[in-house]
Amino acid sequence: MLLTIALIAAQTTVLLAVSPFLVGLIRKVKARLQLRRGASLIQPYADLIKLFRKQPVISTTTSWIFTATPYIVFASILTAGLLVPTFISQTPMNFAGNIIVLVYLLALGTFFLMLAGLDAGSAFGGMGSSREAIVASLTEPAMILAIFAIALTNGSTNVSTIVHKTALMEDIVTDPSPHLMALAALFIVALAETGRVPVDNPATHLELTMIHEAMVLEYSGRYLALLEWAAGLKLAVFLSLIANVFAPWGIATTITPAAIGIGLLAYVVKTAALAAFIGVIECMFAKLRLFRVTDLLGVAFILALLGLLFFYTLRS
Amino acid sequence: MFRIIKKSLKIGVVTGRYPRAETPAIPIGAEVKEKAGLFKRSLTIREVDTGSCNACEMEMNALLNPVYDAERCGIHISASPRHADALVVTGPVAINMERALKDVYKQTPDPKIVIALGDCAINCGLFKGSYAVTGPVDRHIPVDLRISGCPPRPAEILEMLTELRKPTV
Repeated sequence: MLLTIALIAAQTTVLLAVSPFLVGLIRKVKARLQLRRGASLIQPYADLIKLFRKQPVISTTTSWIFTATPYIVFASILTAGLLVPTFISQTPMNFAGNIIVLVYLLALGTFFLMLAGLDAGSAFGGMGSSREAIVASLTEPAMILAIFAIALTNGSTNVSTIVHKTALMEDIVTDPSPHLMALAALFIVALAETGRVPVDNPATHLELTMIHEAMVLEYSGRYLALLEWAAGLKLAVFLSLIANVFAPWGIATTITPAAIGIGLLAYVVKTAALAAFIGVIECMFAKLRLFRVTDLLGVAFILALLGLLFFYTLRS
Repeated sequence: MFRIIKKSLKIGVVTGRYPRAETPAIPIGAEVKEKAGLFKRSLTIREVDTGSCNACEMEMNALLNPVYDAERCGIHISASPRHADALVVTGPVAINMERALKDVYKQTPDPKIVIALGDCAINCGLFKGSYAVTGPVDRHIPVDLRISGCPPRPAEILEMLTELRKPTV
C-alpha cells in the first residue's frame, strides 16, 4: 500500500518534470537544424511558470465545459501516464487497469478538448475540433491493433507485465516482425496524437493549418498552462510507452536504489533520444495536406494489422 | 531530405551574425520594467496591425529568422491575443481598426504590455492628418514602450525587447 503511494508520487514527479524538457529538446533540435541557436532547454518550464502567474480571460459565451476541460485533460493524461512504466517496470497504477484503459483515458482527454474547442463558438475552435475528430477516430483503431499485436506476443494486456517480461528476457520472442510492425504503427500514432509534423504543426501561427492549437486558441493563463503541460505529458506518455515496450533496456525490475537510479537515467536517455528523432522528422518532412493524413494513418492501421497477421502465421 | 541535414551541419549556427544596435537613448521607465519583470524569461507577443504599410511587419517577421532568432531570448509570437503577454501594435490606428484594437486589448490577459512599434504607431508618422486615421495608439489604449523607426531594424527591436526585460539593478 505504502509502496504503491510512493511509486505513484515518484512517477507523477518524473512525468511532470520530464515532459517540458522533452518539448524543449524537440524545439532545440529543430532550431539547430534550421541554423538557429534556439531557446534554452528550460524555456518550456519558464513558459509554464509565467502562464500560471497570469490572470485568465474567459469568454462570456462559454459554459462550464470550457473551464473544466483543462483539469479533465490534465488529470486524464496524467492518470494514463501512471499506467505506463517509466523508470521502473512495475507501474504504480497496475491494479487499476491495462493498456486498453490507457487508450481510452487518452481518448477522454481528446473528447473534452474537442468539446471545449466548440464551446467558445469561435470558427477556428470548431474547425480544430472537427479535424481532431478525424485524426482521433483514425488513430484509435491503429493504436488498439498495434497494442493487440504486442499483447498477443507477450500474453498480457498489462503494460507492466509486458515490459517486465521483455526486460527480464522471459518468453523471448523468436521472431521480431510483429513487434517491428507494431512499433512502426505506434510511432505514426504517437506523431498524430501528439500533434507532430506530418499531421499537425505545433509551431504554426496560421489558424487555417492548425489542429491541436486551434482548439486551445481561446485559453489563457493557468488554463493554457495546464493544457500545454498536458500536451507535453501526452508526448512523454507516448515516448515512454514506445521506449519501454520496444526497448526496455536499463529499466528497474527490482526496487533497489541502484536499479532505480539506472532506470531513471535510462528512461531520460531513451525518451530524449526519441524526442530528438521526432525533432529531426519535423525538420525533414513537410506537414501533410489534411486529406492525406488519412492515408498516413491508414498505413499505421495496415502495419498494425500485418503485425497481428504475422503473429498468427508465424506461430503455426 | 538528407541534403537539409547535411547543409545545416555544414553551415552551423548563423544566429547573431548581424550588426548590433546601440542601446536606446531614452531609458525605459522603472514602472514599465517592473511590469515586464514577470516576462523576464518568457514573452509571448501578439502582433496587431492597425493599418500599417507592412514594413514593420516584415521587420517583425525577420525577428524569427535564423539570423535574429528571437526564440533564443524566450520570445514567441502567438496566434491568439489570449496567449499573449505583449501586444505589438504597428501602424496609425485606422478608423476601421479602432474597435479591433480595443477588443484585442480587452482580450489580452493581465498583466500585459503594449508596445507601439514604428513611427506610425507612436505619432501617426507619414499618415498624420489623414482622414482615415484616428490618431496614434496611445489615444486608444495605454502604451508602455515605444520603438521608433520607419521601420525600426530587427536588431533595434530585439535590443529594446531585451532591455525591457532586463531586471532593474
